[in-house]
Amino acid sequence: MSALSPFLLDRSVTDKFLSLDLKDDPRIQAEYIWIGGSGEDIRSKTRTLDALPSKIEDYPEWNYDGSSTGQAPGHNSEVIMVARAVFRDPFRGGNNVLVMTDTYDNRGKALPTNTRAPAVKIFDQAKDEKPWFGIEQEYTIFGFDGHPYGWPKGGFPAPQGPYYCGVGADRAFGRDLVEAHYKACLYAGVKISGINAEVMPGQWEYQVGPCEGVSIGDHMWISRYIMHRVAEMFGVVVSFHPKPIQGDWNGAGCHTNFSTQAMREEGGMKAIIIAVEKLGKKHKEHIDVYGKHNELRLTGKHETAPISSFRYGVADRGASIRIPTQAEKDGKGYFEDRRPASNIDPYVVASKIVDTVCLWDGK
Amino acid sequence: MTSPFLLDHSITKRFLSLPLPASDTRIQAEYIWIGGSGEDLRSKTKTLDSLPSSVGEYPEWNYDGSSTAQAPGHNSEVIIIPRAVFRDPFRGGDNVLVMTDTYDNKGVPLPTNTRHPANVIFDKVLDHKPWFGLEQEYTIFGFDAHPYGWPKGGFPAPQGPYYCGVGADRAFGRDIVEAHYKACLYAGVNISGINAEVMPGQWEYQVGPCEGISIGDHMWVSRYIMHRIAEMFGVVVSFHPKPIQGDWNGAGCHTNFSTKEMREEGGIQAIYAAIDKLSKKHQEHINVYGKHNELRLTGKHETAPITEFRAGVADRGASIRIPSQAAREGKGYFEDRRPASNVDPYVVAAKLVETICLC
Repeated sequence: MSALSPFLLDRSVTDKFLSLDLKDDPRIQAEYIWIGGSGEDIRSKTRTLDALPSKIEDYPEWNYDGSSTGQAPGHNSEVIMVARAVFRDPFRGGNNVLVMTDTYDNRGKALPTNTRAPAVKIFDQAKDEKPWFGIEQEYTIFGFDGHPYGWPKGGFPAPQGPYYCGVGADRAFGRDLVEAHYKACLYAGVKISGINAEVMPGQWEYQVGPCEGVSIGDHMWISRYIMHRVAEMFGVVVSFHPKPIQGDWNGAGCHTNFSTQAMREEGGMKAIIIAVEKLGKKHKEHIDVYGKHNELRLTGKHETAPISSFRYGVADRGASIRIPTQAEKDGKGYFEDRRPASNIDPYVVASKIVDTVCLWDGK
Repeated sequence: MTSPFLLDHSITKRFLSLPLPASDTRIQAEYIWIGGSGEDLRSKTKTLDSLPSSVGEYPEWNYDGSSTAQAPGHNSEVIIIPRAVFRDPFRGGDNVLVMTDTYDNKGVPLPTNTRHPANVIFDKVLDHKPWFGLEQEYTIFGFDAHPYGWPKGGFPAPQGPYYCGVGADRAFGRDIVEAHYKACLYAGVNISGINAEVMPGQWEYQVGPCEGISIGDHMWVSRYIMHRIAEMFGVVVSFHPKPIQGDWNGAGCHTNFSTKEMREEGGIQAIYAAIDKLSKKHQEHINVYGKHNELRLTGKHETAPITEFRAGVADRGASIRIPSQAAREGKGYFEDRRPASNVDPYVVAAKLVETICLC
């Protein structure tokens, strides 16, 4: 089997239709996106709206068949989606939009998989602290044949070393996907702050932020949706598994950079240390929500700290929490929680950090 | 021959050409640095809120030096400082390539930071207005690690028809050469020409004249652009000075040099004085003129043996060649033919200036 899907259709045919001019017809296509029953799968469907709404509240509620996504029983299958954040659609262009939603049963109760609703409650309580997040999303590109993209058929590439931030056909695999995603996210209005090739060949990273409060989750989930759609167009598959290949190959994380207003102001290092010490006391609680299979990744090797121990340090990439050198110099700034895996739910991780750091007295 | 891992670039293009609204002034800045081997180039991208108006306005950044053999894991941050900006031929628009140099978290240049010490030297000789023109030779290899254009598992017909040649049986990979040339022009690199070289699959481009430190910036960015373009074509470019043993040319980085004095009337005297100084420091220069150069400087294939120093007008078997025109006009420049293709231009340029202007 080849590395690319054999089921790709001729995009130029699609383009001829996508570029048809609707002239004065104000109808738009809105892609409603939600998180499915596994807590990791992203789903979407489209509806035509008579005109582009001017604010998020003007987007109608909608519903889908929850029994087909592991989220509702067949006899009572409607799941309500409420529109929460809107982005420009990089696939359809024009005035078309992507709409991030969250999910409720028909009594208006948030589904168990709706992690946004409980996160919002936490963020609302900590609003005055202005919590900012920057998340470093690592991911691995796989061929349609299930082999990491760029890896020789049935084998392994040369050991890690040349690939991190590398250039060349023998070091960087799949850059087109990375570039297409980066631009699509910029266009969509996602707050994508950068990209780099990662240590394992076929592995890349993009960063989203700084975003305040719950918007980090909206921007992150949309960025993942866009990634899966772009990969689909290229005929490859993107995985957010934290340890896709066993052996001397890096895992994939979602390092989470965090700060409150107090940390960003003069003398903020004091608040950073207090926060990090609090996190140290709740290590296991955090690890529990920092991604499935994370124990395969947090081994103490490959620039991680072991999952069972908690350690923080300046510029220390083997620590659970790294305080950037610049923050130490300036006496203020942010810290980086290196524990979250690539498959985390950003709503959960962001609100958990705020819960521990802003809403808990530490005792 | 070409990588089987190329994705459909027409899909990428449709995204790259998505227009950002006028109110969105964000740009993508590709920060480039030299890695731990002194030869490997690395880069990553940062979104900036808007295009800065001068290099001094680009923010400092940092990367994980433990992943490029430039720092230990427990103290891994390497600071990169922007030094020169070029337009990005891959992303277009207002996006940029930013050549940087590297420092530890105390502000000390890394051992692999050759730009910093070069700059110290160049600052002392500003009045000499040293100009450089470098002839970068390189070899294209297929994804299968065989020279591009060479028959599978074998060798092509002997050298002779390939230098500046035309035809599918004589010129291999011209698309890469053309794409690179235009990309460099677009980027603002001072690329002055190209030609097919003596060995099939081998080419040359020239950068210059550049004054002082900028030769290094332009050269390293031109190499970065070359690697990226080769990556897009699914082939690999090598700057090894003797990629194939046997009766096949090596690859050099002939370095053309002049000071203001040499370029003015009667400058030939200054040229001879400079060559005299170089003759006394042959081994010192050879030491920084590229690894594996002994495989290339054999006395054959238009080189002088690595142990000998010889200068001559129009002499391609010499270490230093004085162009006929310079001899005729009594002024001009000279060509140091010793540097290998994998040379560090910051090092070579600074070494020449140090020997000629400061000794």
